[in-house]
Amino acid sequence: MIALSDFLILGALLFSLSIAGIFINRKNIIILLMCIELMLLAVNLNFIAFSHYSSDISGQIFVFFILTVAAAEAAIGLAILVVLFRNKHTINVADLDQLKG
Amino acid sequence: MTSYIDNIALALPELFILFMACVILLVVAFAGKKEASFAYGLSQFTLAVTALLIYLGMAGESGFTFSDSYIKDPLSDILKLAICLINMVVLLYSTSYLKQRQLFKGEYYVLAIFSTLGMMVLVSAYHLVTIYLGLELMSLCLYAMVAMHRDSSIATEAAMKYFILGAIASGMLLYGMSIIYGATGSLSINIIAERVSAGDLDQTVLSFGLVFLIIGIGFKLGAVPFHMWLPDVYQGAPTAVTLFIAAAPKVAAFAMMIRLLVDGLADAHQHWQGMLIMLAVLSMIIGNVIAIAQTNLKRMLAYSTISHVGFILLGVLSATQAGYSASLFYVLVYALMSLGAFGMIILMSRNGFEAEQIEDYKGLAQRNPWFALMMMLLMFSMAGIPPLVGFYAKLTVIQSIIDIELISVAVVAVLMSVIGAFYYLRIIKVMYFDKESGQHALSAPLDMKIMFSVNVCTIFILGIFPGALLALCSGIFS
Repeated sequence: MIALSDFLILGALLFSLSIAGIFINRKNIIILLMCIELMLLAVNLNFIAFSHYSSDISGQIFVFFILTVAAAEAAIGLAILVVLFRNKHTINVADLDQLKG
Repeated sequence: MTSYIDNIALALPELFILFMACVILLVVAFAGKKEASFAYGLSQFTLAVTALLIYLGMAGESGFTFSDSYIKDPLSDILKLAICLINMVVLLYSTSYLKQRQLFKGEYYVLAIFSTLGMMVLVSAYHLVTIYLGLELMSLCLYAMVAMHRDSSIATEAAMKYFILGAIASGMLLYGMSIIYGATGSLSINIIAERVSAGDLDQTVLSFGLVFLIIGIGFKLGAVPFHMWLPDVYQGAPTAVTLFIAAAPKVAAFAMMIRLLVDGLADAHQHWQGMLIMLAVLSMIIGNVIAIAQTNLKRMLAYSTISHVGFILLGVLSATQAGYSASLFYVLVYALMSLGAFGMIILMSRNGFEAEQIEDYKGLAQRNPWFALMMMLLMFSMAGIPPLVGFYAKLTVIQSIIDIELISVAVVAVLMSVIGAFYYLRIIKVMYFDKESGQHALSAPLDMKIMFSVNVCTIFILGIFPGALLALCSGIFS
């Protein structure tokens, strides 16, 4: 029998991985977008685990909403990425340095 | 528990704005050449009718709808009314900016109306799912609006930064929500509040979840240390969009904070009070000190926003009725002031000249005394100099933390508003005492000039007679 804490630890690990990915990654914006997706999936895992172990369905409903919104979010993110590439001809994170101060 | 469709009339303003947003979308898609003018007219009409519907509904009973996930109460009424009116002024200001730069397209208005809908949903949300959906509807539209100037490389860079940090904020908020859900076993704010006040929950889990909730809220409001996106986005976005982002979304983010922390987790305030003190003190210090070093007016106003967010947090962290109403007063006044300040930048700018450097304001008093006077009133109000309304906003929040005997925080707040006065006064010095560098005529249309003057005069009049608005704000939380 898998305990609730196992799911939560896995969720926390995935979440930390995604945060680390965002902050360590200096190469590529697409990897950033992947990390954001991973972050939302870690949250989904948490919700499903809590929902299952407390026999309350609403957590699982929330997961459907998160998945849908994540899809919309990815669409906007990729659209901005395309525009950015057209203007700068690069998707290197380190090249986003025009605005500072 | 009421049935799903009961009391649906409580959400009438949102239903109307949703319907009209779809109509505007279709008009933009099929109207051909004149689409932007149609979209602008329809948007103003929509916001005006929505504001009217909210105003008419204010006399009615408070209540829940959509299975207790949606609330209509005095707080939601006043904030929604404020959001609609603010956005009407924003659209009026931004239209002249967009027209001068070949950006006058229907998309801006469609996104603005959908974003307004998101803000209104966020203000009324009483369930974690509704809060999340309102927040995302608002933010996704804002990301797209920042990127609207497609050929500008700083605008797209700002959009990318805003998108990534906004998405991280949503992720943090959701993680916090999932922990709160695990601790309390419910997503409804009502039931969360009941279980937290019963007091038999695991306090460690609760405060762990709260950390993530507060990070999410801090990102959306722009509190230090989650403020990195704010100066970049304010500077990079077209001024019309900066104006939109600076005013109403802050009001909506304030509502989200009240719903989550005050309505839902008020009995856990010993956990969130300390975290908010940290955010507030850091925001006031970093915001005011870094603003001194700025030469770009939009960036300076971004740092000044950060410091204002610090003051707004002060009232909330006091966890008293007086503190909440002081924060509400502050956020409404802040929205009015930021409308004026970014409105001034739009007013001064024309195609090819953004008027966003502080030196562009040199000698404004000689060539345009009226608007220099308006800008001076705005800057005095932001610095918190009586008798302008910014003074009362600062006074009431500082009063509320003195009441809970956080004297050291109050001292920091007062010191920081003195430091803040420096960079506001510098603008006045540049306008009144520096020699002018070049001759620019104002090219803004008449309606914008009149609205801007009305906007600033409102700040002036509210400063002389703040009683009515103060009474309104304190009536909401008692």
